[in-house]
Formats: sequence, C-alpha cells, structure tokens
Amino acid sequence: MAVKLSRWLKQRFPIEKTYQENLTHYYVPKNFNVWYLLGSLALFIFGLQIFTGIFLTMYYTPTAKEAFASIEFIMRDVNYGWLIRYLHSTGASFFFIVIYLHMFRSLLYGSHKRPRELVWLLGMLLYLVLLAEAFMGYLLPWGQMSYWGAQVITSLFSAIPGIGPKLTLWMRGDYTVADATLHRFFALHIIAMPLIMIFLVRLHIKALHYVGANNPTGIDLAMPMVNGKNNQIIPFHPYYTIKDLGGLAVFLLIFVVIVFFAPEFGGYFLEPTNFMPADPLQTPSHIAPIWYMTPFYAMLRAIPDKLLGVMIMAAAIAILFVVPWLDRSPVRSIRYRGWMSKVALFIFSLSFLGLGYLGLVDVTPLRTVFARIFTTGYFAFFLLMPFYTALEKTKLLPERL
Amino acid sequence: MSNEPIDEKRRKFLVAATAVVGGIGVLAASLPFATSLLPSAKAQAGAAPVEVDLSHLQPGQMLTVEWRGKPVWIIYRTPAMIEDLHKHQDQLRDPESLVEQQPEYAHNEHRSLNPDYLVLIGICTHLGCSPKYVPNAHELSPSWPGGFYCPCHGSTFDLAGRVFKNVPAPINLAVPPYTFLDEKRILIGSDWNPGQGIPDGR
Repeated sequence: MAVKLSRWLKQRFPIEKTYQENLTHYYVPKNFNVWYLLGSLALFIFGLQIFTGIFLTMYYTPTAKEAFASIEFIMRDVNYGWLIRYLHSTGASFFFIVIYLHMFRSLLYGSHKRPRELVWLLGMLLYLVLLAEAFMGYLLPWGQMSYWGAQVITSLFSAIPGIGPKLTLWMRGDYTVADATLHRFFALHIIAMPLIMIFLVRLHIKALHYVGANNPTGIDLAMPMVNGKNNQIIPFHPYYTIKDLGGLAVFLLIFVVIVFFAPEFGGYFLEPTNFMPADPLQTPSHIAPIWYMTPFYAMLRAIPDKLLGVMIMAAAIAILFVVPWLDRSPVRSIRYRGWMSKVALFIFSLSFLGLGYLGLVDVTPLRTVFARIFTTGYFAFFLLMPFYTALEKTKLLPERL
Repeated sequence: MSNEPIDEKRRKFLVAATAVVGGIGVLAASLPFATSLLPSAKAQAGAAPVEVDLSHLQPGQMLTVEWRGKPVWIIYRTPAMIEDLHKHQDQLRDPESLVEQQPEYAHNEHRSLNPDYLVLIGICTHLGCSPKYVPNAHELSPSWPGGFYCPCHGSTFDLAGRVFKNVPAPINLAVPPYTFLDEKRILIGSDWNPGQGIPDGR
C-alpha cells in the first residue's frame, strides 16, 4: 500500500528530485564551522514565529480600544498564553541576533562576492522586510513605546520633500497613528510581510543552491562529482542536517532559558514603557526603539537636521546592498586578506555595536560626539572598501581544502 | 494557418499596445486599493473643530486638549513671559516665523491672536513626539528662557513655540487654525476671520 502510494505520488510530483537537489545531492564544502549554523537557525526561528504568531492571532484584538487589554488577556487568562507570547517576543530578538551574525559571517568570509551577489541581495531584501515586519509587530501591543515608536518612524517619511506629509498621512490612515494604523499594521504583519518573506527565503535558498555555498577559506571548490571522488565536498544530508540539529539543540537551550527566566531581558527585549497603554497626548520621557534598530536610530539622532538625518539612516541600510561591488579584494575570506581589511572590519563592528548602545541611552553632548564618530566609522568601512581591498597585500590561497 | 511570412513589426506593435493598455488597466485597478489607505470619512469627521473653555486657566498654566488625535496646547502666558519673548531672538532658528507653521493671523512676534493665549500643536516638528512644558527660566540650563523641551531627541522651543538653534527639529511648532468665540471660549480647528475682532480689548 505504502509502496503503491509513493509510486503514485512520484509519477505526479518530482518529490524525489526535490529531496535530492536540496539535501542528499546538495553538495557543500566539508569545512563549515559554527558560523554556518545560522542560516538553518534563521529558518527555524522564522517557522517558530509563524507558528506562535498563529496562536497569538487567535486571542489578539487589533483595535486601539482593546489591543492592550487583549495582550494582558493572553498573558494572564489564556492557557500558556504567556509562553506563546514570550516565545514570539523573544523569538523576534533572537531572529535579529541570528540574522546580524549571519550577515557578519558573509562579511567575514566574503560570501557576498562573485558569484553569490544575488544571494547577498536577496538576503538584504529579506533583512529589510524583516525590519518592516518587526516594526509593525511592535505596534500591536499598543503600549506607550509601541505608539510613540510608530509615531517617530512614520514621521521619518514626512521628511521627504514635497510628498512627505501626504505620504505619512497615507501610511497612517489618520492624522496621527490611530486605530486605522493599528489595523493595517496588523494585516501587514500577519499576512503581507510573512508571505513576501516566504517567497524571498525560497529565492535566497534557490540562488544559494544554484551557485553553491562559500566556505571559511573562501576558495572555489571543484564541481561535485556524483561518484563522490571529490573529497572537498560532502552532501548536505546527512552530514550537515546532523550538525545543524546539534546547533539547534544548543541554541534552544539558550533560547528557552531566556524565555523562562528573563523574557523581558532587562527591558531590552520588552521595554518597560511598553507595559503602559498608548497615550496619544503624552510622550514617554525616554523613547528608544527596540535594540535591533538602535544603531540606525543613533545615526538619526546624531545629525542635527531632519532630512539629512533620515537620509543618513536610509543610506546606512542602502549601502549594504552594494557591498558585493565595493569589495575589490582578489580573495574572499578574511583569513587571506591583509591587515587593512581586518582593521576595517574591526572598526565597523565596534561602530555598529557602539551605535547600538548609544541608540538605547539618553542623548548627552559627549554621546552625540561618539555617535558621530561611530557613524563615520560605519560609513568609512563601506566607502573606503574599494580602496583598502584593492591596495592591500593578500596571502596566498591554498590549492584545496 | 496562412503561409504568409510573419510581420514582425506588426507583432511588436501589437505586443506593445497590449502591454500599455493592460498596464493602464492594472494602474486603474490599483487606485481604489491605494486610496482605501487614506483617512476614512469617519477619521475625517473626527477631525472636526473643538470648543474649549478657558475660564479656569490661570496665568502660567498650560491646558492640553485633543484635536484630530493630536495634543493641542493652550498656554495662558504671564506678562513677564510675553515681555521676554524678544530677548533671545539671536538663539532662534526662525525668530520671524518665516516658515509657514501658523495661520496668517498668528504670524506675529507672539505667534497668537491674543498675546495672552498661545495655542500650539504639541507635536515636535522633528519626529512627532510631544514636548514637555518647562515654563520657568533657568529650569533646563542657566540660559534657559522658559519654553518646551522634547524628551525624545532634545529639541527645544521658546514660549512662542519657536525652535532654538542647534537642535534636531527644523522648524517652529505649528499653530493650528483657531478663533475666539468670546473672551474665554476658543474654537480649535476653525479659522479666525478679520471681521471678528480679537476679544480682549487690545
């Protein structure tokens, strides 16, 4: 019976071919390290967010009047509602931790370089959609920080000369962030953005499998041979499915400890101000976006001009898209690059983390100076990349792994 | 099937024409969806004028009312506050209020119809937070003349809602359209017309 059913299916759907192409006959370098767990982890968290999100939707009410109370209802009255919500909110922060490390891995090993430019571009698009998804999700609890965060971010668009104010009105659907805004953000958060993300993830993986994965040495490996003569590459399944499962186990251990013991994570994953219902007439005395957006927020605050600040902020994300064309190095991996690339990557990391911290805390004149230095560091990494990557002396690449 | 050779030019034209017509159709069909995102009739109706009674407001006090979902401030300025308005002109970005952030009838040094009452939309022109009322001189810094301070990004405004230099906010706080119904009643959201006079005897 099972044999017959499987034969019936095989004749009608390329189930075996799909399985082989993506797992058993998808050949990848044998030297993947811990950085290569992040892709499958991101996929796992995406699945977790969709799963927990579906359950939250069953109890959440997207109206200005009831949204805040419905979250409290989930937390207090729904069976295991607290667990489902904390999995979702902690999942959001972990999604960004994993994605930022995943992006850093690409910079580290030159995974954005030819022929993987499209993989990088699709990944960057995913990052952009993820930012939008997270931002819209953050409005839904309708707390003070939700409300004023949305007010600030939608106001960013009003800086665009000419159409700005009209565009902001169109996005909000009212003269301020209001019921209409909450409703549409809910629709976009639970339907539109996830659909786009599923589509982009599919393209991202398809493009990756087509050009093949990079590896920590960054050298090109010969094409796989079906008889297994090439011993630099191994099939994804079972070798890396097992490894990824091991990675997942370690990840989940850390993840559930935070979900159970520190779901607010000292006010960084769920901000204290957001435990107060939204009040359109009263701005909280300290507004900070959730941590994964603070690096860009710090840049915005560092610039004493509205339009310029918004432009710098947009440029900080836009410049990531062109990294494959800024990087002129003859080698991919940081292991074979010169000291200039290493120093540049260090300055970039420091600037990004520094901005992330400054975006969380209050503004003081000294901090503004630091924010400007870090913003310069952030942009210098990209804008000087064509020069230092072309100038520096690289180490000799090995012939094979 | 005819045996005539394919007319490539004609085929190209037909493809282009079909694409253009189809494109216009798609554009037209997307209009209702894009327009549906604009404020609904209900939201527009909610933007109606608001009447406020000022009889309980003491000099120096601020009253916040809601209009179009935004906070609108009414500040009963003391004579000293009005007197001080011209003392810090050089620290302001736009002391003459040249950027149109106020109706024509509030385009003066005190930025109001009646100098005693300042009416402002309490939304920072930087990124839409609601600034705090810090009326007392020297309260924020030794040179502070009294005004408004935005806790989000540190923008400051004087007691006429004019923005100070070297802060992120680019322009002065907006003055909404308003008019006096009588000496102690104000209508926010409806324009004053010159025939009405200003009910304070000045």
